[in-house]
Amino acid sequence: MKALRNFLDKQKPHFEKGGKLEKLHAMFDSAETLFFVPDKVTSSGSHIRDAIDMKRTMITVFIALIPALLFGMWNVGYQHFLSYGESPDHFTMFLYGFFKLLPIIIVTYGVGLGLEILFAQIRSHEVNEGFFVSGLLIPMIVPADIPLWQLAVAVAFAVVFGKEVFGGTGMNIVNPALVARAFLFFAYPGNISGDKVWISDKADAFSGATPLGDALVGNFDNFPSVYDMFMGFIPGSVGETSTLMILIGAAILLITGIANWRVMFTVFAGGYIMGLLFNLWGANEYMELPAYYHLIMGGFAFGAVFMATDPVTAAQTNKGMYYYGFLVGMIAVLIRVFNPAYPEGMMLAILLMNVFAPLIDHYVIEGNIKKRLKRLKVISN
Amino acid sequence: MSTEEREPLFSPKNMKLIKNPINLSNPITVQVLGICSALAVTAKLMPAIVMSISVLVVMAASNVVISLLRNGIPPRIRIIVQLVVIATMVILVDQVLKAFVYDVSKQLSVFVGLIITNCIIMGRLEAFAMANKPWPAFLDGIGNALGYGIILIIIAFFRELLGSGTLFDIQVIPQGLYDFGYVNNGLMILPPMALITVGVIIWVQRYYTRELIEDN
Repeated sequence: MKALRNFLDKQKPHFEKGGKLEKLHAMFDSAETLFFVPDKVTSSGSHIRDAIDMKRTMITVFIALIPALLFGMWNVGYQHFLSYGESPDHFTMFLYGFFKLLPIIIVTYGVGLGLEILFAQIRSHEVNEGFFVSGLLIPMIVPADIPLWQLAVAVAFAVVFGKEVFGGTGMNIVNPALVARAFLFFAYPGNISGDKVWISDKADAFSGATPLGDALVGNFDNFPSVYDMFMGFIPGSVGETSTLMILIGAAILLITGIANWRVMFTVFAGGYIMGLLFNLWGANEYMELPAYYHLIMGGFAFGAVFMATDPVTAAQTNKGMYYYGFLVGMIAVLIRVFNPAYPEGMMLAILLMNVFAPLIDHYVIEGNIKKRLKRLKVISN
Repeated sequence: MSTEEREPLFSPKNMKLIKNPINLSNPITVQVLGICSALAVTAKLMPAIVMSISVLVVMAASNVVISLLRNGIPPRIRIIVQLVVIATMVILVDQVLKAFVYDVSKQLSVFVGLIITNCIIMGRLEAFAMANKPWPAFLDGIGNALGYGIILIIIAFFRELLGSGTLFDIQVIPQGLYDFGYVNNGLMILPPMALITVGVIIWVQRYYTRELIEDN
């Protein structure tokens, strides 16, 4: 560590004002703060600071994503070999998925960080760590066979129009990772929807429909068991299939206090209650599906744990979080059951509620002000 | 004619009436008017151009008519008079389109009729034609319609090129690219992308025209 510090200190003058590499200071900054907590102190105004900075927050989310990611890599291989009726050892399956995902992850980080650094240079602020997590989220919510150029276009769109036009990390209205996915979904539907794309290099004869796709067309004959869906042995986006691994991630986020339990809990509650309501209605077979199925199918759990809880785009007030989370869950299940064009509603539900989050906060705060004014009147009377 | 000195037809002041709306006070990118039709007719280049020309004709003609009538219109019913004039022009344009370019007219469908509600036209009648002589009013109408049309055509160019791979319905993206795995961007066909394209145009315009940036 000491040697690293000395090395960085030696290089630093080159990147400061007047140094010959001044133009690349943003890159140096981001590399330095990756290893050391920055020594900058507040120079004016409030001096109260949290013990962890954004980089430490992001790395915690990163760690929480690892179980789902590793399982996802294995599952990509597992589904691929399953469609051919083969069953090699687990390591082969993992390696297959690993080499499928590696280019996706490299392209995502390359394009995303490249644009972040570009914007940081032009606007002369430091490179934010915001893309650190988005860059891992995006590979986990796309099919493993997504063409890389489409991915690159989507990531560029998400970084520029999902984030930078609003002022960069922390100022965005909608979740950038979901913007990238929504872009892919609407721009290139052939590569991210239907029942052909969810198993990597699928054998033609094998049905590759996800449980959601099956449910939408009313095909419940080959529906996977609850155990399979919970463990994640089903086709789907890379990171979304295993509810178990996502719950491990959720535990890490909740124990470290990075994600807010209010959002996470209410999203699951909202989805479950909507499922129950549909059970009561029971107009078709999809509605009669047990309510907890909705929580373990598709991207519901992944969205609830890693996407809806994004502290920037979720509601900020405690009370607002309940409304926000609850509506995300309800709308997601609503879209799933009702809209024939979109088998999965989680992405659209979260994006929609991202947009409404500031409005929810506004009314929560107004309500609080009104309540306190009333109290004031009672006292002064 | 009166004794006052006559201004030359294309004096610098009059030329400004045409130039300003194209950049500094562009109806779409600066005043943010007429957005609805910018979303609706820009999926293909051809309808966008026909729409731009229709708006140009309606705008110039009704500006002149209102300017001629301006001293005779009672202020309390001026909006109704303006609407009647615009509606007449729109019906004329609509009939001409139906007679000569029926296909495009079908594509534009209701949007030609909706030129009546185009806020740019009402806005120019209220703000300019009611207080100016016919010739400047004519130039003002042309200028604003050009400013509107240019933006419409830029949006339509990118939407058709990236969304359908064609221009004027002729394929311009080589077949080889498609064989290589290129796919048209379906999002460009959808209306939201028109808004984002307008956003990008505003971004570029403000980058080059610094005086448009509000200081705060």
